[in-house]
Amino acid sequence: MVPAIRGLLAALFFTAMISAASAKDDKTLVVGTITTPTVNNAVGSGTAPGTPGTQVFAGLVELDDHFVPQPYLATSWDVSPDKLTYTFHLRPGARFHDGTPITSEDVAFSVDTVRANHPFGRSMFGPVDRVETPDPQTAVFVLKQPHPALLASVTTLLLPILPKHVYANGPIRTNPANTMAIGSGPFKVAEFKAGQSITLERNPDFFLPGKPKSDRIILRFFDDMQAARLSLENGETDAMLQTSFGYGDFDRLKKNPKLEVFTDTFAGLGIVDYLEFNLRKAPFNDIRVRRAIAHAIDRKFLVEKFQGGVTKQLEGPLPPDSPFATKDLTHYAYDLKEANRILDEAGYKRDADGIRFKATLDAPTFSPDGLGRVADYLKPQLKKIGIEIDRRISPDTATWAKRVSNYDYDIAMSQIYNYPDPVIGTHRLFLCKNQIKGVMYTNTGGYCNPKVDEILDQAARETDFEKRKALYARFQKIITDDLPYIYTTTELPYGVVSKDVVGRPRTALGTMAPMLEMEKK
Amino acid sequence: MRGGSVLGQLVSACGLLFAVVLFNFVVLHLAPGDVAETLTSATGGATKEILDQVRHLYGLDQPLHVQFLAYLSRLLHGDLGTSAYFNAPVAGLILDRLFPTALLVGTALVLAIVLGAMLGIVAARRPGGIVNSLVSVLSLVGYSAPVFWTGILVLLAFASWLPLFPAQGMVDPRLSGGPIARVIDVLHHLVLPAVTLASVYLAQYSRLARTSMLDALGADYIRTARAKGLGEHTVVYKHALRNAILPIVTVAGVQVSHLLAGAVLVETVFGWPGMGRLAYESILRRDAPLMLGILFCTALLVIVVNMATDLLYRAIDPRIRTQ
Repeated sequence: MVPAIRGLLAALFFTAMISAASAKDDKTLVVGTITTPTVNNAVGSGTAPGTPGTQVFAGLVELDDHFVPQPYLATSWDVSPDKLTYTFHLRPGARFHDGTPITSEDVAFSVDTVRANHPFGRSMFGPVDRVETPDPQTAVFVLKQPHPALLASVTTLLLPILPKHVYANGPIRTNPANTMAIGSGPFKVAEFKAGQSITLERNPDFFLPGKPKSDRIILRFFDDMQAARLSLENGETDAMLQTSFGYGDFDRLKKNPKLEVFTDTFAGLGIVDYLEFNLRKAPFNDIRVRRAIAHAIDRKFLVEKFQGGVTKQLEGPLPPDSPFATKDLTHYAYDLKEANRILDEAGYKRDADGIRFKATLDAPTFSPDGLGRVADYLKPQLKKIGIEIDRRISPDTATWAKRVSNYDYDIAMSQIYNYPDPVIGTHRLFLCKNQIKGVMYTNTGGYCNPKVDEILDQAARETDFEKRKALYARFQKIITDDLPYIYTTTELPYGVVSKDVVGRPRTALGTMAPMLEMEKK
Repeated sequence: MRGGSVLGQLVSACGLLFAVVLFNFVVLHLAPGDVAETLTSATGGATKEILDQVRHLYGLDQPLHVQFLAYLSRLLHGDLGTSAYFNAPVAGLILDRLFPTALLVGTALVLAIVLGAMLGIVAARRPGGIVNSLVSVLSLVGYSAPVFWTGILVLLAFASWLPLFPAQGMVDPRLSGGPIARVIDVLHHLVLPAVTLASVYLAQYSRLARTSMLDALGADYIRTARAKGLGEHTVVYKHALRNAILPIVTVAGVQVSHLLAGAVLVETVFGWPGMGRLAYESILRRDAPLMLGILFCTALLVIVVNMATDLLYRAIDPRIRTQ
C-alpha cells in the first residue's frame, strides 16, 4: 500500500517536472570524488588529484590487475642488460589536447617536474640520472643504479606526461593550467568549478582509437560522505570509485539492487592502518612496552566487529595482497595475560588505581571507522593492561598532522598508502635519514635501524624479483621484531557504482585509472 | 546605530570591519597547521622542500605582522587576495558562491517571515484555537531542533523515502535543457534546503508575530478604532498589523547575520554550493585569504543590512521620521 502511494506521488510529481523541464542527457556519467584544488597529479599525490589527473593526462604505461606494466603512451620499451638504461618508444602521432605533438622533451620535462614537486618524486626518480632525447619519439632513461620500481613509477598516476610548453613557464604550483589542465589523456577539461565539480569532455583525438567510450564525465566533489552516499542511492551520482563511507554501510549498500559495491581495485594502493609510537620518549622507546601493547590488540575483533569483515587483519608493514608480502613475521597473539606479564616483568608497577603509566593517543578525522574506532577501542583495552589513554580529539586532520609531524605525541593512529612498489610508498616510514620534523608521512616516530636501511637500499636496486622479495621478507620480519609500528588492519575504502554503468577500470590502481571503457548502458 | 549621523555610522562601520579582519586573522593563525600543510596533505603529503616552496609562494614564510600589513594594504586597494588552496582570486571564488547563498538565505527568510507572520496573526486572533496550539508546538519543535538534524530528516523523508526532490547540489549536472528548464531545476533543488533553513526562523517569526499582534490588539487605539465603527478587517490589517510588524522588521535585520551561520549547516547537508560551506571549508584548510575575504564580505553585508533596516524602519514608523 505505502510503496504504491509513494510510487504514485513520485510519478505524478515527476510527470509534472519532466513536462516542464526538457530532456536530460542520460549518457553523461556523474562520478563522485573528493574535493581537489588541482587536476595536475604531477605536483600532488592521492585520490584528490589522481582521479581527474588520470583522465586528463597519460603516462608511459598503465599497470594491469596483476601490477604488470602495459603499453599506454609508450608502445614498447627496451631494457639494457645491465638494467641501467630504459628506452621508451612513444606512440607515433600522439598529441596533446591543444594539438601539439608529444615528444621525448615533454617526457624529460615531466620527470624533472615530478622529481622536484611530487611527494614521492625523489624516491621514484632520484635514481634517474638523466632522460636523453635522441629523437622526438624516443625517451631514454639513464639510471645511476638499477631501479626496479621504475616501471611502476611511469604510470599515469605517478608520471603524467605534461606538455612542456604549457607548464614550463613560472612556478608550476600557481600555473593556471593546473585546473584547466592540458594533457593527452582520454578526456579534456571543459570546466573547473572550484570546490564543486570538474566537467570532462571526450578527447576525440585520443591515441587509442575508439576510446574513451563515454562522451562526458562530471567529477562531482563530495566532502561529506553521507551526502555522497545518499546521492549514489538516489541515482544522482553514477559511481564513486573510492569512498570512505565506513564499513557500517557496506552490507546495506550491497543489498541495494541498483548498486554494485566492489573491493577489487585497491591492491595497488595498499592502504594500511597502524599505531605509531614516539620513540624519542620513554616508556614508548621500550620494546617491551610496545610488545605488551601488541598483545593487547584483538585484530580479529577489529575486523569482524568494527569493519564488517571487509578489511583484513594486518601484522606487518605490507598488505597481504602486495606481491612482496610475507607470512614469516613475528606474531603477537591476542593475550592480555601475556601483555600484563611483560609489563610486570619490565618493572612498570601499577599504582593504587591500577595505572602503570599514561599516554596520549591521537587519531585523524579522515578515517572514522578505521582509525577512529580503533582509537576508541584502544582506550578501554589498554586500561586492562594498566595504560591510561588520554584520547586527544583533533577537530580536523591538520591538527592531528601538526602534532604527529612535530613529535608532540605519545601514540598516534595513522595510515599510509604503500602504492604498487614499496620504494614508492613504504620506505619513507623506515629510513633513518627520513626524519623530517614538520613533515607528515615521513619517519615521524624516529625509528632507526641501520640493518633495515641497508636492506631497503639493496631492495631498491635489486632487479631480480625473487631476490627482491626475499629482501622485503627480511625487512618485514625485522619490523615485527622491532615494532616501531603496530599494524592493525588494512583499510578498504570500497567503491560503489550504479548497475547501469559498465566498464569501470579494474586494474590494480583502478580507483585512479583512465575510465576508458566506462559508460552508461 | 539609530540617531547617529551617516558619517558617524560610516566611521564605526570601518572600525568594525578592521576589527573583524584583525580578529579573524589572529584567530586563524592560532589554529595548528597552515595552508601549505593542508594543501599538501590533501595531495598526498610533501617533502620539506615542497612545503617551503609553497610557503614562500604565498608569503607564509614571512612574520605574521608583515603578512597582516600586506593583506591590509591589498584590501585597501580593493584586492581580496588569492586563495592558496584553490590558487584562484578570492573575489571570484566568493562571487561564484554569492548567488547560491543569497538565493537560499533570501528564499528561507521570505518564507519564514511571510508564513511566520501569517501563522502568528491567525493564532493571535483566536488565542485558544487549534491554529494557536499548532503554532506553539511547531515553533517549539522548529526552534529547538538543530538545523542539520532537521535537514537530515527532511532529506531522508523527501529525497530518499519519497523521492520527490534531489538530495544534493543546486543543479542536475546531467541537465541539457534551455534556460527555463534550468530555472525549474534550480527551484526543484531549492525546496528542501530552503524549507529546512526557514523552519528555524519560522518558529521565531510566528511567535514574535503572535505576541506583538496580541499586544497590538489589546491596545487603546484598537478599542478606539473599533468604537468608531471600523470593520474588523481594517482594524486588524491596517491598525494592528502595521504596529505589530515593527518587531519583525527589527529581528529580520538582525538575523541576516545569523542566517549565514545556519546556511553553513544547511549547505553542508544538502551539498548546496554556497558561501557558508566555503567559509567552513576554508577554516579547515587554513586558507586565510579566502576565510578573511568571506568574513569581510559578510561583515560588510551585515552593516549594509543594518543600515537598510534603519531606513525601512523610518518608512514604516512615522514616529521615527518626526524625531
